[in-house]
Amino acid sequence: MRFPSTILLALAPLAAVAQTVPAPVPANEVFAREEIGHALAEPTPQAGRTAPSAANAPEDDGQWTMPSKNYASTRFSALTELTPQNVKGLQPLFTFSLAVNKGQEAAPIVADNTMFVVTAYPNYVYALDLTKPGAPLKWKFAPKPLPASQGVACCDVVNRGGSVSNGKYIFNTLDGQTIALDVNSGKPLWRTRLGNINTGESITMAPLVAKGRVYVGNSGGELGVRGWITALDENTGKLLWKAYNTGPDRDVLIGPGFNPPYAMDRGTDLGVKSWPPQAWKIGGGNVWGWITYDAELDTLYHGTANPGPWNADQRPGDNKWTAGIFARDPASGTARWFYQFSPHDEHDYDGINEQILLDMPFAGRMDKVLIHFDRNGYIYIIQRATGKVLSADPFGPVNTSRGVDLATGRLILNPAKQTKLGQVVGNICPTASGAKDWNPSSFSPQTGLLYIPHENICMDWMNMQVSYIAGTPYVGANVHMKPGPGGHRGELTAWDPVRRAPVWVDKENFPIWSGTVVTAGDLVFYGTMDGWFKAVNARTGELAWRAKVDSGIISQPISYRGPDGHQYIAVLSGVGGWSGVVVSGPVDPRDGSAALGMVNVMSDLPKYTTAGGTLYVFALPH
Amino acid sequence: MCSPYRIELAGLALLVLAGCNKGPATDLPVRQLGSRAVIDSALTAGLSRSAVSEDPRAALYYDNAAAVNTGRRLFGQYNCSGCHSNGGGGMGPSLMDDEWIYGGRLEQIHQTLVEGRPNGMPSWGGKVPDEQLWQLAAYVRSMSLPATLAAQNGSTPSQAPAPVPREADDHAGWSPPPNTTNDYTTITTGPQ
Ligand code: HEC
Repeated sequence: MRFPSTILLALAPLAAVAQTVPAPVPANEVFAREEIGHALAEPTPQAGRTAPSAANAPEDDGQWTMPSKNYASTRFSALTELTPQNVKGLQPLFTFSLAVNKGQEAAPIVADNTMFVVTAYPNYVYALDLTKPGAPLKWKFAPKPLPASQGVACCDVVNRGGSVSNGKYIFNTLDGQTIALDVNSGKPLWRTRLGNINTGESITMAPLVAKGRVYVGNSGGELGVRGWITALDENTGKLLWKAYNTGPDRDVLIGPGFNPPYAMDRGTDLGVKSWPPQAWKIGGGNVWGWITYDAELDTLYHGTANPGPWNADQRPGDNKWTAGIFARDPASGTARWFYQFSPHDEHDYDGINEQILLDMPFAGRMDKVLIHFDRNGYIYIIQRATGKVLSADPFGPVNTSRGVDLATGRLILNPAKQTKLGQVVGNICPTASGAKDWNPSSFSPQTGLLYIPHENICMDWMNMQVSYIAGTPYVGANVHMKPGPGGHRGELTAWDPVRRAPVWVDKENFPIWSGTVVTAGDLVFYGTMDGWFKAVNARTGELAWRAKVDSGIISQPISYRGPDGHQYIAVLSGVGGWSGVVVSGPVDPRDGSAALGMVNVMSDLPKYTTAGGTLYVFALPH
Repeated sequence: MCSPYRIELAGLALLVLAGCNKGPATDLPVRQLGSRAVIDSALTAGLSRSAVSEDPRAALYYDNAAAVNTGRRLFGQYNCSGCHSNGGGGMGPSLMDDEWIYGGRLEQIHQTLVEGRPNGMPSWGGKVPDEQLWQLAAYVRSMSLPATLAAQNGSTPSQAPAPVPREADDHAGWSPPPNTTNDYTTITTGPQ
């Protein structure tokens, strides 16, 4: 799957300059894993087996009621019907057009033999009856979000899914509403407006439903929107608490119970003091990714996105509490600890990617950890009770930093790759969208491995002065992305968290923008942006099956048990998202800086796929 | 010297731009449009002329090199570039493809800027001096001119905007941009 640079060069004379994918960054531009990966202790695999606790990953009932499958977020399906041997026979059983040709990032949800799908804007919700042949429509709900919300969606008008809980399907709309529908009738039970698009605010994330509460966060870090997370009552939609991720402690819900593990996060009102005057009010730190509930420690974890504007020269300071992770009390929202992956982020390294909750051997004993794959290129293994970083290892191309100082917790920056006003800094790795973006990994307790879908992309970056105008982008950077070392733009990495090393890596021409699901039959499913849906052997990475679908895949595949007891695999096609907007959006490949610099590295995608939006369900013939 | 609050564009920092479809209608467009009673908009440039006479204010901004260059500067300063990049689009559509949802004559682009457009284009009328909106309109129109496209050097377009000739209005679209998403007339080749 290598994408030799000689091919790229040979194509160059045929196409306009801006439509050629640039040459990859040379391999000697990035640091070796051994050079910059650190841990507090040597691996002790003999101390126990890595697995989620029963509280966070109850026995698989064959349904898929939340995007992450369970609170532990393993996206592991215990179904065994499909295996590397028989998966060759996998066939599409039915398809369903979503009637929306924008990036489809959601996970289909299966509960009580009904499948629920929410689309990209205009956020249609479909409920399909799995008990009948062809899975006919039970109902469709059109929430009619404000059309103007399309103009404030930074990176395509995506939606990352909904959840079923106690007879309700709960999801968000692009224009900032959270809605609960009756699963049987599709009628709204409640509808709460949380965001205001006139300030640039939107919502794209999948709400987390846990213990009677719905947790939601906002998007808008590219428009100077101040980030928050809020909890609603699951039965009424009433606001229970709201915590901001910048500003004074009382807004951030920081009080006496706040115990950050590192000195850099201790002090009063750091969310004000670590910014120039007033800048925290338009400083980002949004919650557009994954919120995780830990049923064992009754704690909520959520990342915070990049600080705004991207031009870091305009915001000297650590810019708390952006580009980090909070642990909060789920009932009151008060902060328990915080850790900042990228203090004073200069490269758009949002901290919003998923966390997987596991019990894992470390330093000779079992520890309760969360595993977070950050955009800055490191896999962090963090002690859930304290927020302390046990290890941080690079899993993609990294040269913006030289590892994490585990004594202070601080990322060690590489001055050569710090961004500058009016000056292009070249070959920065990873790129703004990260060594990995929002699309979630999976974990198999059988193999003990994490399956990380990610990117191999770097960039050139120039800071530019930017003024804040409410409702417009507040970015201040001219970015041009390019392939990372080797020229392939995507990787599927099987990672051993105990030994802190990859076990195998599958290369993809395009960045992998879909999630992964791993099954007890030892198969990992994922989709590619050029429209292949693939199954690989979870132990070797060997391709076991693939099917071509109508459009690129950037969604979250799932595995469920149908009413007939058989195993089914479901996924949405529909290319788009930040990386695919060159196909799904009205974007011109001649402008490399378009879509925040992403077009530069994706300008050839229109040759491989077209916009679409279809639900595919696969099974063995039976 | 780069406090985000010391902004050259005095007063802009407090602006809240509103999409044109929110809430009860305001009087903005009326104020901006003066005596013109009926506005046409969704017409491809040059294909058909509306019954309404052209806005006389537009005349100044044709064949005007200073206007497109000032427009280019304003396009960055007012964060148009945040949504439309250097013409290639992103949060907002590409403006360099000579495909116009709301019309490509200067007066039509000007109207887009004054009123905003429903799918997320903010309205700028009354918030920005009217002359600047004309300069922005001229620059936007220039992006897809063959002369501007030919001057592109590297992967950042629209840096040397050509003045907008009068004939631009009579043209049903210049040569279609090859291999672009909106290119329905030429062939996009698959991967080799
Ligand atoms: C917040 C994002 C945003 C900003 C800022 C923005 N635009 Fe737009 N613009 C859009 C969107 C979204 C549309 C599409 C609206 C629609 O289809 O209804 C659009 C449409 C347009 C159109 C119409 C194109 C056509 O095909 O008819 C023009 C012209 C335009 N914008 C110019 C500008 C200029 C000039 C500025 C700065 C003064 C600007 N825009 C600022 C998002 C933005």
